[in-house]
Amino acid sequence: MSTPALCAAGLSKHFGRVRALDDCTFDLPEGRVIALVGPNGAGKSTLLSLASGLIRPTAGSISVHGTPVRGRMHPDVAYLAQNRPLYPDFTVREVIQAVGAMNERWSQPRVEEVLDMLAGVDRDAKVRALSAGARTQVAIALALGRLPKVLLLDEPLSDLDPLARDETLRIVMTEVADRGTTVLMSSHLLSDLSEVCDHLLLVVEGQVRLNGDVEDVLAEHRVLVGPRDDESAVSGVVVSASRAERQATLLVRGADPVPAGWVADRPDLESLVVGYLRAARERAAARR
Amino acid sequence: MVTDPGAYAGGVIEFRIDRRSGVATYIQIVHQAKQAMRLGLLNPGDRLPTAREVVEATAVNPNTVLKAYRELEREGLVEARRGLGTFVTKSLANDATNRGAPLRQELADWMGRAVHAGLGVDDVDALYVDVREERYPIGEPRS
Repeated sequence: MSTPALCAAGLSKHFGRVRALDDCTFDLPEGRVIALVGPNGAGKSTLLSLASGLIRPTAGSISVHGTPVRGRMHPDVAYLAQNRPLYPDFTVREVIQAVGAMNERWSQPRVEEVLDMLAGVDRDAKVRALSAGARTQVAIALALGRLPKVLLLDEPLSDLDPLARDETLRIVMTEVADRGTTVLMSSHLLSDLSEVCDHLLLVVEGQVRLNGDVEDVLAEHRVLVGPRDDESAVSGVVVSASRAERQATLLVRGADPVPAGWVADRPDLESLVVGYLRAARERAAARR
Repeated sequence: MVTDPGAYAGGVIEFRIDRRSGVATYIQIVHQAKQAMRLGLLNPGDRLPTAREVVEATAVNPNTVLKAYRELEREGLVEARRGLGTFVTKSLANDATNRGAPLRQELADWMGRAVHAGLGVDDVDALYVDVREERYPIGEPRS
């Protein structure tokens, strides 16, 4: 078993009384494309910031390829924040120079290579004049110029049109194919994630609820449809449920064997995640 | 030098991924590779496209491509050679299914007549499925 790409032990981050992350312990395998999903405010961005070293944990630790992240950018990590800060009045060339000067490990050829992909980015264009897709391409080129082992992407696709989304994913997947980079990517666009991710990390209310290979996680779950007055026959953990007058539809973890009178189906990634998110929202509503 | 217009830098075949089919991507790749082998488009000694080539063409996760190739390897159809790529080791083509086969030619002639008669693709599919279900009833073993 190789060292995990990312390893968190008792990781917590509190902002005043708000527990953004609370006592999280998990490993993420190397070379995988990992979907980081969860409702708004679940702690996804906090987790990515902690992994990058931009913020420090309140308690616990996080390490990348065996070396702890200590309050500064870890050399093996590249992080693309949600707002993608790039100086709008600089040209692409000037931004590359500025960012290159700030990084110890820096590959100018790799940056050029990524900028030349797809339609290519004009180096003399001002950042503010670029399309959202081209701006994302520049931001990813800058991240990959660090030759990272772990690439952290916070909502990389959210403001992109379908073509730019496809092209952005293509750049990231090419990086995985070329260099075996581990990618941890948060997104609300579940359909995009299910196309490209092979590992799932589900964070709800500051805690890790699921962490595993997408196929394995899906295989552990069943969607059961059956008589509402016979739910006690169902084994396993009911994640979420919707109930009509006579019929119940349950998302269940570990429902084997399927009880007589019930029909079982395998969920897809999207319906699985939505089931967990709906359950979290209902719990939150019940507390209010 | 004459360049073969049919030659692709990416290798002899290209995978098409249907995102909305509900079929897992790696299974689609396995099916398409086998289909190409059955049709004689992929033969022993041919190299499958590298993960990088598939990613460039389709933006899928390279790990998914490798998973499909491992499945093909498990079935004894291909072999991964370190640093060189994944190669077809077995033939699934037979005289009845390859591109020059008489049955295929007859079907091509038939479909040419259908086009000539002004049938749309749905009509052709409906006819084909109807006849197939007469001859290969559902529930009977196929081989």
